Amino acid sequence: MRDGDRVRQGSQAATVPASGPALLLRGLRKSFGDVKAVDGLDLEVARGECFGLLGPNGAGKTTTIEICEGLTAPDAGSVELLGLNWGSGSSELRQRIGIQLQETQFPDKLTLDETLRLFRSFFKRGISVDQSIETAQLEEKRKSRVGGLSGGQKQRLAMACALVGDPELLFLDEPTTGLDPQARRHLWDLVDGLKQAGRTIILTTHYMEEAERLCDRVAIMDHGKAIALGTPQQLIATVGGEDIVEFAVSSGEAGSHPANHAVIDVDLLRAIPGVQSLNVDEGLHRLFVSELHTTVPRIFAVLREQGLHMSEFRTHSASLEDVFVRLTGRNLRDE
Amino acid sequence: MNSLELSSLYQLTMVRFRLLLREPEAIFWTFIFPILLAVGLGIAFRNRPADVLQVGATTTQLTQALNADKGLTAATLDESAGTHALATGSILLLAIQRPDGVAYKFDDTNPDARTARLLVDRAIQTAAGRREAVRPENELVHETGARFIDFVVPGLLGMNLMGSAMWGLGFSIVEARQKKLLKRLVASPMLRWQYLMSFLLSRLAMLVVEVAVFLEFARVAFGVPFRGSLAQLGLLCVLTSLAFSALGLLVASRARTTEAVSGLMNLVMLPMWILSGVFFSATRFPAAIQPLVRALPLTAAIDALRGNMLQGMNLGQLLTPVGILLAWFVVPFAVSLRIFRWR
Repeated sequence: MRDGDRVRQGSQAATVPASGPALLLRGLRKSFGDVKAVDGLDLEVARGECFGLLGPNGAGKTTTIEICEGLTAPDAGSVELLGLNWGSGSSELRQRIGIQLQETQFPDKLTLDETLRLFRSFFKRGISVDQSIETAQLEEKRKSRVGGLSGGQKQRLAMACALVGDPELLFLDEPTTGLDPQARRHLWDLVDGLKQAGRTIILTTHYMEEAERLCDRVAIMDHGKAIALGTPQQLIATVGGEDIVEFAVSSGEAGSHPANHAVIDVDLLRAIPGVQSLNVDEGLHRLFVSELHTTVPRIFAVLREQGLHMSEFRTHSASLEDVFVRLTGRNLRDE
Repeated sequence: MNSLELSSLYQLTMVRFRLLLREPEAIFWTFIFPILLAVGLGIAFRNRPADVLQVGATTTQLTQALNADKGLTAATLDESAGTHALATGSILLLAIQRPDGVAYKFDDTNPDARTARLLVDRAIQTAAGRREAVRPENELVHETGARFIDFVVPGLLGMNLMGSAMWGLGFSIVEARQKKLLKRLVASPMLRWQYLMSFLLSRLAMLVVEVAVFLEFARVAFGVPFRGSLAQLGLLCVLTSLAFSALGLLVASRARTTEAVSGLMNLVMLPMWILSGVFFSATRFPAAIQPLVRALPLTAAIDALRGNMLQGMNLGQLLTPVGILLAWFVVPFAVSLRIFRWR
């Protein structure tokens, strides 16, 4: 990747062999009034890893990342970044990490170029403003005022501001929230490039596709706790089945009222080879299956034998969303 | 990139300049408004040849007697029309013929009306045959420095320094806080003192332009005198601006929204607009509140500016107001550094 290579040349992460984890959290707690935003969190992120905190809004992701960034003091627990802590190593840490906050409005009347020159001036070392503009693919906008940028461009500017100091450790808090699908993919490509340059990235998101696409490892958070931790593949494997088959059935002939759901004898379904587990929710049968191509014809056969008519049918590959649903019984996006 | 380009203090200060210069409203309030105000006041209070006062009388005989005085112009009105004219301010005094003499109807709290009372009485007594016991002679002087415009220019200067320093710091800081820009800056290795210093530096640079334009205008257009040392006048302006910058910082140190800080700022400035003697001497307020009036930074600033410009006093003679301004710089600055909300 063109941009990735360029970043690699100047990157400390790639040139200085480093030992120890990039981030180490132990027993982290933080409450706001009665609300336990972070409730006993332990995490370890290795150098060069892209780590995702996935969870619904209010799960404690932003509080966690802001504690890591030294912006919020935890009530209890320890935070160690690059072997340093916020007590004694804060000025060095500020030089070595890059931060993108969830909602920063840069001054509308400054140009992109002026904004980046300001941020570059805070760092003792780093990439040039031109390089950061290239990395964020904002060349054609460099003389434009921030107020005239689109949402995606503003987000890439925020990313460029996080990159000017050539950070070893990059924090991205909800980098694609509020962006349209195209701008989101654009930003994902950018993060891909940074990953390939060997940078450690810690990001929060409530989009499961984003975590699956970008992260080497993911912690799923809910109510201030990490309820699952692993690679996206490992987590998905815990669902028990690579694919999900969902369908609803009606007893009568075609044309009977679709809301008139019938329920099938679940033991018949369970007996089908390849069905790992299943649940029925308001007439919707959800089967976790391992061999989609052989299992689906058998499901159809069972329904035919029972004289049932299928009113809805869809399959999808198991995703982190299904992991969250299985662990909490709620959808990620319900919140 | 050269070293200046990499200096964060330089970049922060340049950002302040750019943001100010790209804000047309800020340019208007900082540079144009004080000049418009001075022009308006200069026209309203220009020194005309002694005013001719409008009065009324109930008989043509009295009217004739009054019109004989060059300082008066009189109209004949019956008592009810005259009372109405008095109430609406179109005449200052109504002379009413009574069987046993003349009655003067006027508002004795209005200085012009009291003057009219003296002139009217003199005209009527003269017409009735009174002669001067002592022969007076008038020697007229119109000295610069004693006019209203001379008095009000240092007042406007002080008021403008207050407004631009307080709004310049207070509003911009709270806006940055509200937009989470302050939090983002603090998340970077930016040195916090440099952030605050950039406001002071840009303020001082703006001050040079702002003060020079305004005072030069006052000198050319109205011939306002500069009797004290210009260097010391500059120093007083800097000190005034620093004191109000510190006060602006204090007001902005906790507020989370621009609406909140605007309200606070007006709350802080309003008493000074009223009490600090911008348009009239602060000594007119009752003795009981004088200690309060004297302690306000704007009173001290305006006293010092008037002392320098109108009386040619040097810093040694202005130690009290200078001391008050210094205290208003140091104390709010120290307090706001302690309580400042950086996120």
